[in-house]
Amino acid sequence: MSIRVHNVSRRFGATTALEPLSLDIAAGEMVGLLGPSGSGKTTLLRIIAGLETPDSGTIHFGDRDVTRVHVRKRRVGFVFQHYALFHHMSVFENVAFGLRARPAAERPDNDEIKRRVRHLLERVKLDSMAERLPAQLSGGQQQRVALARALAVEPEVLLLDEPFGALDTRVRVELRRWLRHLHEEFGFTSVFVTHDQEEALELSDRVVVMSDGRIEQVEAPATLYRSPANRFVFSFLGETNRFEGEFHHGRLVNGEAWISVDARPGAADEVLMRPHELVVTTEPDEMAHLPARVDAISPVGSDVRLELSAEWMRHPWQVSLAHHEHERLGLERGSHCWLRPTRLHRFERS
Amino acid sequence: MRRIGDAPATRAILITLATLLTTLFLVVPLASIFYQAFAEGLAPFWHNLSDQYTRQAIMLTLLIALVTVPVNLVFGVFLAWLVTRFSFPGRRLLQTFIDIPFAVSPVVAGLLYLLLYGRTGWLGSLLSEADVQLMFAWPGMVLVTIFVTCPFVARELIPLMQAQGSADEEAAVTLGAGGWTLFRRVTLPKIRWALVYGVILTNARAIGEYGAVAMVSGTIRGETVTLPLQVELLYQDYNTVGAFTSAALLAAIAVVTLVVKGVLEWHTQRRGKRHA
Repeated sequence: MSIRVHNVSRRFGATTALEPLSLDIAAGEMVGLLGPSGSGKTTLLRIIAGLETPDSGTIHFGDRDVTRVHVRKRRVGFVFQHYALFHHMSVFENVAFGLRARPAAERPDNDEIKRRVRHLLERVKLDSMAERLPAQLSGGQQQRVALARALAVEPEVLLLDEPFGALDTRVRVELRRWLRHLHEEFGFTSVFVTHDQEEALELSDRVVVMSDGRIEQVEAPATLYRSPANRFVFSFLGETNRFEGEFHHGRLVNGEAWISVDARPGAADEVLMRPHELVVTTEPDEMAHLPARVDAISPVGSDVRLELSAEWMRHPWQVSLAHHEHERLGLERGSHCWLRPTRLHRFERS
Repeated sequence: MRRIGDAPATRAILITLATLLTTLFLVVPLASIFYQAFAEGLAPFWHNLSDQYTRQAIMLTLLIALVTVPVNLVFGVFLAWLVTRFSFPGRRLLQTFIDIPFAVSPVVAGLLYLLLYGRTGWLGSLLSEADVQLMFAWPGMVLVTIFVTCPFVARELIPLMQAQGSADEEAAVTLGAGGWTLFRRVTLPKIRWALVYGVILTNARAIGEYGAVAMVSGTIRGETVTLPLQVELLYQDYNTVGAFTSAALLAAIAVVTLVVKGVLEWHTQRRGKRHA
């Protein structure tokens, strides 16, 4: 079922949680709301669910206007940040809750409830845990119960608030893959909130980047990463190195450091670079003159990360390079080196 | 490492003092009530207990508790629900109002009710035209008891429900639960023990309340005398054994209440540990 958010806004007292914003989500799509805390992403999610009322605007599920429809009748599945499992009920009863809560006329009989709950628990690989209490499960298992519980009422829209926030990295990666599979199998439309850009980029068909109650950009992950719409999106999507200077004869100059630029980079005299968009060399070249000192070296997965400092940097820079490259350069802590950017990003200052 | 203030001497002095004071101020008086009640043996105790007026006082006390507890149970749950689950202008003020019965002396409460609902009071005059008499009759005594005990349940529930937050209830609603299902299957199991605890306190106070009840009772023997009032009356009649018999009854109820409360606290603590 498609979701249409039109001109929705929300204030809490004096603070504006959401500026009027619109968003169209296609049926079966998986959309991540990405932003720092306080950006309004959770408020937007809760408004879509019906847990929060918008001050203005409308919400449509397909052709149905649900703006004034109570959350109970919206038939959305909602997975809460801390799962909100019913702690006094067994795993089985948690999952069965939505079915048992239906009015008598629509309620499936006991055998049918049992069959459906069993089936769901098998799907989330918790059939052996049916009689346990939530407190006896690990975080990842509790999250799966929460998902099974939300899916038991066969929602056409599944909403997830920071679904993997409280889990350790390994479990998180596993659950992400698994949520993808469920999404493909059940075909629901899904919106999830996250502050983790990696999670958003990996899971979503499209990512909605938010800040200060506004939507900054809506884009497919690959495009988003390649062409961020503005400085905020660029810096929120990953590690950023910033070079600030004055424009002089085709160069941006800051003390002894300079970078060749083909034109004055907008009103703000700055250029931005990702850690992998820098090459470490043993001498300067005609494109850039960026001397730096190695402060820390940490091998992270397939890369080696360097933390660099220099007089002309306001904050330390991060550079990532391949292991063989690092070995060839033979850098140590305290070594001096030169940097050459392979790509420069420029944005208007907002 | 030794904890701060945990020197052997300090420890010994504090423990001795605490034990001494507890014995002197709490245990001895309680024990002496039972001693006095049985001072002349079992027969006078039994005789006093089966006295017509004492029996009527017991019945009236039970009646008042029987009406007060359910009323304040429902009221307390509603109030706690309202204050913790909704935000509306005046919410904090309402939360402060809940404490009025604790802040006001029960005698003053009784007096206010007397002025308001008495024959010449502005609500009372309306009622007496309709031939309804609240003061100097059991309905008035129930009314003031409800007033005096109304914060107990709400005060037990509010901090707990605030700490629990409303995520569970929200989850239940997204799953399609109606108001009653929500309360019965999600909220109630979470607040059950606090609720029982609040009821015990309400009950204890309803049975033991003296000041407010005395103001509106009019002390008509056999009609508007509760156990605490009976203690006072008998004592003024120089019937020491009689007074202490009724007092012993009240004290026994108090002891039972304390034991139940202790068991409940132990129980909740154990549950708390299991969930932590």
